[in-house]
Amino acid sequence: MELRGKLLDISNLKVSFHTYRGVVKALNGVELWMDSGDRLGVVGETGCGKSVTSLAVMRLIEQPGEIQEGKVIFNGTNLVELSEEKMNRVRGVEMSMIFQEPRSSLNPVMKVGYQIGESIAKSKKIKIKQTYPEVKEMLRLVGLDPERVMNSYPHELSGGMSQRVMIGMGLASHPKLLIADEPTSALDVTIQAQILELLDELARKMGNAVMLITHDMGVVAEFCDKVLVMYAGNSVEYASTAKLFEKPLHPYTGGLLQAVPRVGRTDELMAIKGTVPDLVNPPSGCRFHPRCPHAMDICKVERPPFVEIEPDHYVACYLFKGKSEVREDG
Amino acid sequence: MAETLIKIKNLKTYFPVKKSIFSKKLFVRAVDDVNMYIPTGSTFAVVGESGSGKTTLARTVLRLIEPTSGEIEFEGKDILGLKGRDLLEVRRNMQIVFQDPYNSLHPRKLIKNIIGEGMKIHFKITDVEIRDRIAAVLKEVGLIDDHMYRYAHEFSGGQRQRIAFARAMVLKPKFIVLDEPTSALDVSVQAMVLKMMKEIKVQENLTYMFITHNLSLVDYIADRVAVMYVGEVVEMGDKSTIFEHPSHPYTDLLMASNPVPDPKFVREKRLMKGEIPSSINPPSGCRFHNRCPFADERCEREAPELREIKPGHFVRCHYPL
Repeated sequence: MELRGKLLDISNLKVSFHTYRGVVKALNGVELWMDSGDRLGVVGETGCGKSVTSLAVMRLIEQPGEIQEGKVIFNGTNLVELSEEKMNRVRGVEMSMIFQEPRSSLNPVMKVGYQIGESIAKSKKIKIKQTYPEVKEMLRLVGLDPERVMNSYPHELSGGMSQRVMIGMGLASHPKLLIADEPTSALDVTIQAQILELLDELARKMGNAVMLITHDMGVVAEFCDKVLVMYAGNSVEYASTAKLFEKPLHPYTGGLLQAVPRVGRTDELMAIKGTVPDLVNPPSGCRFHPRCPHAMDICKVERPPFVEIEPDHYVACYLFKGKSEVREDG
Repeated sequence: MAETLIKIKNLKTYFPVKKSIFSKKLFVRAVDDVNMYIPTGSTFAVVGESGSGKTTLARTVLRLIEPTSGEIEFEGKDILGLKGRDLLEVRRNMQIVFQDPYNSLHPRKLIKNIIGEGMKIHFKITDVEIRDRIAAVLKEVGLIDDHMYRYAHEFSGGQRQRIAFARAMVLKPKFIVLDEPTSALDVSVQAMVLKMMKEIKVQENLTYMFITHNLSLVDYIADRVAVMYVGEVVEMGDKSTIFEHPSHPYTDLLMASNPVPDPKFVREKRLMKGEIPSSINPPSGCRFHNRCPFADERCEREAPELREIKPGHFVRCHYPL
């Protein structure tokens, strides 16, 4: 099979969680791909599976969850089939992750310098003490005072500083892919702007790809060059940022963009009617059909495939499958 | 000029912090010398980052927290001296919707009792009347009357926020504080809730104090805006004035930091530095001077006053932009 993304290619990824209420089908065939150096924004609302996708890529899905089907091809190897031991050599070395709450993802009883050193020590197979010069360099890169921060404990740092430490830790091993799961959602806007600028600058300098998971369309517009929109465990639209904002094709993407308030916007906000479905009993066919203003009969029965409608613009919606068929016929 | 519903004068709310028994007594100056007036029928937005004192300000206005000093007038009456029946009446007129609808509704009470409790206290009416009013208010916020026999956990976040709003509305208040009412909600749901609040405000001739950290929401809902930074109001004015001509460097920074959902938008680069200072030991002089690109030694030394640079436009800065 030909890969769509040279760095990362996820196809038909299905993840379920077994709960007392039944099986939660959190991911229902996610499609996602990235080239090296890409900046992909993964957007969607609560429960759409964006965080689960990132955890599945890192193979961090734990009981009662499991990856049921699908491929995650990273750098030519299928991570789903990799042994835990080999996965350990990928995780934190070739790809690393930054989480939403910086303070709860740092170890409160270890000095910051030691925590950053760990990831370098692991990738270079050296002792942690030997990494300290490099740790200092990394701290300088993320805009912190190395002498002070090296020997601090996480509680001595502010939220913005902790997130800088997390970024330093994530990038210390020079990964090919950095996954950032809502890295700025817990921060204030002025600090958020600082952190995004830092991520931007470092990614440019180090040449790593970034997968940015967020619910904020503003952050996506400013940071990412490609966007994947997810809804209820499915990939529904994938395009370049410019294209997606200018001409969203999937009704959900359109609705989402209409609902975002922005400074200087005078028209009334449009809301998407209905609510996000329960993933224990998701709607049949297209999971968006109960909320979709354009739903047709086929949408209720069959799940629309994720297909390329225009060059590099993929959509899972029957509204557009129809069009491409017409084009083929004609 | 429109009538003023709420007038706040030199309001200070300090919280004591214990350092050690030997050190000087320290205070968190959560709200420090705030002056503002809220015109009847307007939506007054209070914008600020975490720790700026916006929530403390709102709670002090409702007397949920007692201020250290200052005056609060509601319809020309000083409410800080009120007691008993008079206070009860003012309380009915000033309601609040909290930020997190998952924590602000009692998990073991029926919606009927959550919404109805206030009416039992404030009105002398029968249970049947209470039920009718609950049914009416539920309909008004976009729910159905059957919902009153359910519990909070049976609702989604957006629906819960509608219930919290119904609880405030049902007492026929004149003033409602909305404390980040949509920050726990997804954007598509947020849009619906905001729209509902905006419509009901016009219908019922309400006055809102809308607390938020999101400038985009301010532009959508507010008439007047106060920007807070470390306990102080740094800029206040009509929405259009603030958005078109931000005069305080902090307001300007806040605007420039707000992510814009448009890939074609090119951000003006701002020199961004520093962190939000603590309100226990605020910086000397102007509290923003350590982050301000225009600060000089006067800003370090001398604290600026909030002054009116144009009618209705107040700025706390020595060198307004």
